[in-house]
Amino acid sequence: MATSSKPWYGNWRDHVVYIGFVAIFIVFAILLHDRGFLSPNNLLNVLRQTAIIAIMAMAMSFVLSAGEIDLSVGAIAGLTSVVAGMVLMQYGLVPGIVAGLCLGLVVGAINGALTAYLNIPSFLVTLGMMGIARGVGMWVSGTSPVPVIDDTFIYAFGSGNIGPIPILVIWVVVLGTIAHLAIRKTPFGRKVMAAGGNPIAALYSGVNVRRVKFQVLMITGVAAAIAGMLYAGRLQSGRFQLGEGDELSVIAAVVLGGTSLFGGRGTVVGSVVGALLIGIINNGLILGGLEYSQQLIARGMLIILAVAIGRGR
Amino acid sequence: MTQPTQTPITAPRDVAAVKMTDIKKSYGGVHALKGVSLTIRPGTIHALIGENGAGKSTLLKILQGVVIPTEGSIEVFGEHLTAVSPENSRRLGIGMIFQDLSLIPTLTIAQNIFLNREPRRMSLLVDERREVEDAAKVIGELNLNVDPRTRVLALSPGQAQLTEIAKAISQKARVLILDEPTSALSAQEVDILFKMLRKLTADGTAIVYVSHRMTEIMTIADEITILRDGQNVTSGNIADFTLDTIVQNMVGKRVTGFEYKPHEIDRGTQPALKVRSLSGKHGKPNDVSFDLYRGEVLGIAGLMGAGRTELARVLFGVDAKADGTVELDGKVLEFRSPAEAIEAGIVLVPESRHDQGLVIEHTVGHNLSLPQLAQLASGPFLDRRRERDLSAELISRLRIKTPDADNKVRNLSGGNQQKIVIAKWLATDPSVVILDEPTAGVDIGSKAEIVELIRSIASGGKSVIVISSEPAELLATSDRILVLSNGRLAREISRSEIDAWATTEGDESQSSMIRVELGLQVAIQKASQNVH
Repeated sequence: MATSSKPWYGNWRDHVVYIGFVAIFIVFAILLHDRGFLSPNNLLNVLRQTAIIAIMAMAMSFVLSAGEIDLSVGAIAGLTSVVAGMVLMQYGLVPGIVAGLCLGLVVGAINGALTAYLNIPSFLVTLGMMGIARGVGMWVSGTSPVPVIDDTFIYAFGSGNIGPIPILVIWVVVLGTIAHLAIRKTPFGRKVMAAGGNPIAALYSGVNVRRVKFQVLMITGVAAAIAGMLYAGRLQSGRFQLGEGDELSVIAAVVLGGTSLFGGRGTVVGSVVGALLIGIINNGLILGGLEYSQQLIARGMLIILAVAIGRGR
Repeated sequence: MTQPTQTPITAPRDVAAVKMTDIKKSYGGVHALKGVSLTIRPGTIHALIGENGAGKSTLLKILQGVVIPTEGSIEVFGEHLTAVSPENSRRLGIGMIFQDLSLIPTLTIAQNIFLNREPRRMSLLVDERREVEDAAKVIGELNLNVDPRTRVLALSPGQAQLTEIAKAISQKARVLILDEPTSALSAQEVDILFKMLRKLTADGTAIVYVSHRMTEIMTIADEITILRDGQNVTSGNIADFTLDTIVQNMVGKRVTGFEYKPHEIDRGTQPALKVRSLSGKHGKPNDVSFDLYRGEVLGIAGLMGAGRTELARVLFGVDAKADGTVELDGKVLEFRSPAEAIEAGIVLVPESRHDQGLVIEHTVGHNLSLPQLAQLASGPFLDRRRERDLSAELISRLRIKTPDADNKVRNLSGGNQQKIVIAKWLATDPSVVILDEPTAGVDIGSKAEIVELIRSIASGGKSVIVISSEPAELLATSDRILVLSNGRLAREISRSEIDAWATTEGDESQSSMIRVELGLQVAIQKASQNVH
């Protein structure tokens, strides 16, 4: 029957990502003190590098919570950087941004429609889309980088600062707040969880499960497009290769953050912290002087360890 | 009955095929079996009969070796079964045909039949040609004319059931257990199966046959054992029994029923729900028509496979209808999804609360508010206070036992989980509430509460449809009962007919509640016989 008085903090396993973040931060702060780990510059750098992954991870929280997956985010980001860059050059700032966002909407809608209405598993749909988006990006750009020289765009998407704060961090805070409210406080968020937790019960309760699955894949499409424009603004060029491999970092960050890979449970804040955790691990390993091969191995082990500790959720 | 033919004997006939003596089994303090004995002679079909909870399935699980008895001895063809285990049971030649199919849908018929005992080539590789040929032979005998290389997922339910039977037969079982083997079969397929069973018994195989379809049992069985409340009631030759005596012995004198409280229903007004010639896509329901009035509880009875759940699914918009009309308060309804049915005012408490009714990993509060999310929103956000108020009100109104609304549904008892499924719908103020097996897997105390709740939903002016396999539950709740058989409406039973059973059925020594229950059981059996 009824349970257990639980402590105010709930189950500590639900907070593994926060505990892990603090623990690893402290370890690096001590070990890498003399290598400037704690310097404001280094920390802001970590935030900058993590921001784009964090934005895609927020959206991925919705997709995984709904019991789906999106492998095409990195490729969409690359394609968007190219397309937005080209339209920007040709027609100016606003058309460039609108083109980027529309691209994300359209690709997300295709992913969503194929998954929700044709019952093709999202894993396969987005795996295919990953190749298509990458290929189209390569084709329209003729494999060469598209220069981005619009100052406003560069400032707003990635390179600017407001006071000491990088504009990328502002993006994370604003989008993160919206996504957090949407997943935790709105009827939509509840439907996402129900659709992933038990799609049949959700359907029997009147939830339009297909529409929910369509919508979450639209969200990752748009988030990936924003990520692509942030890449373009930060690197001052659009390239089809941008975002390559991001899908895996994003999924790792989300699962690390406490979202279930199988649906029914998810958090946006956890995903952002998950992205930050991966960011400081990367940064610490570089500052620690590890070779790239060693970094890959250490990072892989730390991710498996963190997920293993948080298991049983 | 039938004279054993002079075919080569594959099993000894002078000893009992199965002799289970004084089997006891208790779970915690609950005695599921209180000393049951069962003797099955080779070459006979033995019907094992009892209501749900009588102990049939526990007894069969012990015979299969899945459940270990607390006490008692088991002999199979004279060989004492010292250690009860699935391996030992299988070694002694006991084969089981499961009610829930145990086939792997993605494998072919041949692969399923020979799973884990594939014919080999060069002792390493599977001899696929022989596998297919042998499978073709077995399914051919069952008149299943399908390529054995067909995947099971492409088969009809009847074909899958026959494949399951073929699998057991091909294992050369000396004792074959069939649990409700015909629930998915057409009349024609049943005939084929019965011929096959006859052939097997002629070779000396003993068959244990479990079914709720008494007419089938009267046709196919040689002997019968009836269980009630974990004890033997009677055993004997089937020729000495009639439909009435079997049902009498099943029901006994036990008092678990709940009293029906008569109340007035205004049938002069327009019916709330008007169903005309409703048919589903796969023949269930088939041309069903009925009216349902405000404040009325309509019971739907029938045997397994009668199409009761299918009717509920069509009315709730889960499955599309093939034909017919549904009118609610004079408005013709056309819907293709549960969302539209809910919008129109028809809700369903589905038969499986785990799979269909609840998100069990989520909290009580989240489950309760799920159908109401749009109504609980203020602006873009969910109004958490109104959500909390709603769940608090429902929890106290239905007396759901949970420490708070933040408790996970998984932690609650079956009865309280079921109350949550009912409660979430009451909040939407529906016109028609359909409940499919509302007290399945619920303890007796909660059962009484749910029966009471169903009555109070109706007296609150809503219309209720109760689908149930438990006659006592139907009798306690329903103002009228429809019997479905093979998708069709086989009979309508009014309350006055039910009341008459209290004096016409059974005998003077029995309480009126039991006599009424006997009447319903017999009525369901007879109605099912006509249409099957």
